[in-house]
Amino acid sequence: MLLDMILNKYPAQEDSLIEILLEFQDAKSSHFISEAEVKQIASYLQISEAKVCSVISFYTFFRTEQKGQHIIQVCRGVPCHVTADINIVKIIEKELGIKVDETTENKKFTLEYTSCLGLCDKAPVMRIDDKIYTNLTENKIKAILAEYRVYN
Amino acid sequence: MAKLRINNIDIEVEDNLTILNAAKKYNINIPTLCNYPDLHINSECRICVVEIEGRKGLVTSCSTPVRDGMVIKTNSPRVLNARKTITELILANHDSNCNACAKNMNCELQNLSSVLGIDKSRFESTLEIAPIDEDNPSLMRNPNRCIKCGRCVIVCKEVQSTNVLELMGRSHALTVTPAFGKFLSSEECTFCGQCSSVCPVGAIMEKDETDKVWAAINNDNKRVIVQIAPAVRVSLGEELGMAPGSIVTGKIVSALKLIGFDDVFDTDFTADLTIIEEGNELIQRVTTGGTLPMITSCCPGWINFAEQNFPEILPNISTCKSPQQMFGALSKSYFTEKVGIKKEDLFVVSIMPCTAKKYEAQRPEMSVDGKHPDVDVVLTVRELGKMIKQMGIDFKTLEDTKFDNPFGITTGAAAIFGNTGGVMEAALRTVYEVVNKKPLENIDFKDVRGLDGFKETTVNLGGMDVKVAVVHTLANARIIAEQIKNGTSPYAFIEVMACPGGCIGGGGTPYGTNTSVRQKRIDALYEVDGAMAIRKSHENPSITKIYEEYLIKPLGEKSHHLLHTHYHARKVKHNEDKKNVMATY
Repeated sequence: MLLDMILNKYPAQEDSLIEILLEFQDAKSSHFISEAEVKQIASYLQISEAKVCSVISFYTFFRTEQKGQHIIQVCRGVPCHVTADINIVKIIEKELGIKVDETTENKKFTLEYTSCLGLCDKAPVMRIDDKIYTNLTENKIKAILAEYRVYN
Repeated sequence: MAKLRINNIDIEVEDNLTILNAAKKYNINIPTLCNYPDLHINSECRICVVEIEGRKGLVTSCSTPVRDGMVIKTNSPRVLNARKTITELILANHDSNCNACAKNMNCELQNLSSVLGIDKSRFESTLEIAPIDEDNPSLMRNPNRCIKCGRCVIVCKEVQSTNVLELMGRSHALTVTPAFGKFLSSEECTFCGQCSSVCPVGAIMEKDETDKVWAAINNDNKRVIVQIAPAVRVSLGEELGMAPGSIVTGKIVSALKLIGFDDVFDTDFTADLTIIEEGNELIQRVTTGGTLPMITSCCPGWINFAEQNFPEILPNISTCKSPQQMFGALSKSYFTEKVGIKKEDLFVVSIMPCTAKKYEAQRPEMSVDGKHPDVDVVLTVRELGKMIKQMGIDFKTLEDTKFDNPFGITTGAAAIFGNTGGVMEAALRTVYEVVNKKPLENIDFKDVRGLDGFKETTVNLGGMDVKVAVVHTLANARIIAEQIKNGTSPYAFIEVMACPGGCIGGGGTPYGTNTSVRQKRIDALYEVDGAMAIRKSHENPSITKIYEEYLIKPLGEKSHHLLHTHYHARKVKHNEDKKNVMATY
């Protein structure tokens, strides 16, 4: 239903693919694109399923499986890596008890790497959903996560 | 024209040439792993880098056009160093167990690292072992050998329009797989095997079934017979060191006898039979208002494609089995009865230029008794080449031998079944004479010959002008299929072959097939045709005899049972998916 509605908004041509994927993933409550949905999108645009998968797999922000309520993305850019005298990923991993690319048991958080977020002057940087957090320290990270645990 | 300098030689070439092709004209071969003649440039592998004076970085010669005044070095220490490093990086992510790879000694990566003198790799292997995809009857895909050159993706997408294989992910995690990393068997793969014919390494190959054939030959209780397709006689030579287009019909028969086959037959015989059945089917459809246009059914890649993508046009496809399967059906009925052996004691092998034929042979409807397949094993031309080498046969100096009977007498019309336009021409030679009841003045239908993707001609049949068309490659087949679906097809009869050039460019032919090689193989088949005493299928005396003795009449009851088949829509319907999608909300 949701996908049908979104598909009908776009012309049935290959260039619409990324916009459809973005809008649909955002609108769907579980924020991922399933195999059946890939099939439907491919069929609507008259392109192969492999082509849709290829595009989804190229961009880190598209997902094909269910993730946590909040997606934590740690910048993997070189400046973020060298500026910090702390290892952000290790701190978050310890704090949440999961590794990169895993989701917490309560489905609250998923931890991922992302490519450069373009805020190298404020490194180290991470993003939680649409919100960017800069100049991170261990205490700051703990405070941010605590806030998400309580209020979100 | 552009004047430039390559490796201290002044050259003059056309403006639009790439550096790679310009150098080739002057006998300098720049190595590459992703560039392939006839396929578009994708500059994926970076092996072909060269140095251009005045430019900072190295450039890929496959994608850089020549410019007036360029000074190029294709082999400077800097270029060689880069090329070596790139190769070592590829090797670090490649299963380099060359001795345990069927592409050994025939591998472009192996050849390149040998030329570059790579003795040890400076980089530790980063290869993560992925499962091998081999649960289909035709192809084996080993992702651990894949070097991500993208040739198979281009061929699958642009030549065949099937787009089953795609590049997935990016950077070091790049892979080539069908959607969701599935196996070919679960996707809309037609098993045409074009991917296997362009793969530079052993990542996609036909499934090797030579073991089964050796076992049958060495089993005293089995009578092992073999058929060879038209295209095999003009392509096998290349596999054994001969020039493209060498006609080796008699040598193949000798080699097959030496290998130990009991009877060596010719698929051309059942190609003639196909013309009689299919020609009569066409006449019947035209005169009784049947479904038109009628489309040929010899090509299993095309049948798979139509069943998966165009279920609406399945009634348009001739119900005739392919020559391979007609041969199989007659072997396990007429032949076993004639020589007095049990069906289960007969083992039928076919040698085909095709990987989809392996799939076709195991379709459940391709069995006269419903228990045993009519054709037990299908080998590609490359696999036969391997068997000849394993047997230690000196192929080039073999004497010619004739085919055995009863499936040995054939015509020129059957020989050209192996190239695009050939089935159409063979059919027209017969249909014209049967309908018009007078001999053809000129039996060469030149309009349907050649490598154009789309050919058409008009023939007068019984006072009526009938339009016919010929297409090859599945991308072109898709266009005519869409026309039929939309009801705009102006044709009465259409020939479709899935591979570029027809069977002589099939997925199971020797490596290195390109336009010029295809043309040579086609020329050779027309030479075979021209040299035949009989050049029209309906004049083949063995065909007349088999109707008298066994089949009674074309499209008769026996033909219907043995020589005709039916097709099924196989695509998972979009509507069913929709239900699944809705259920998830």
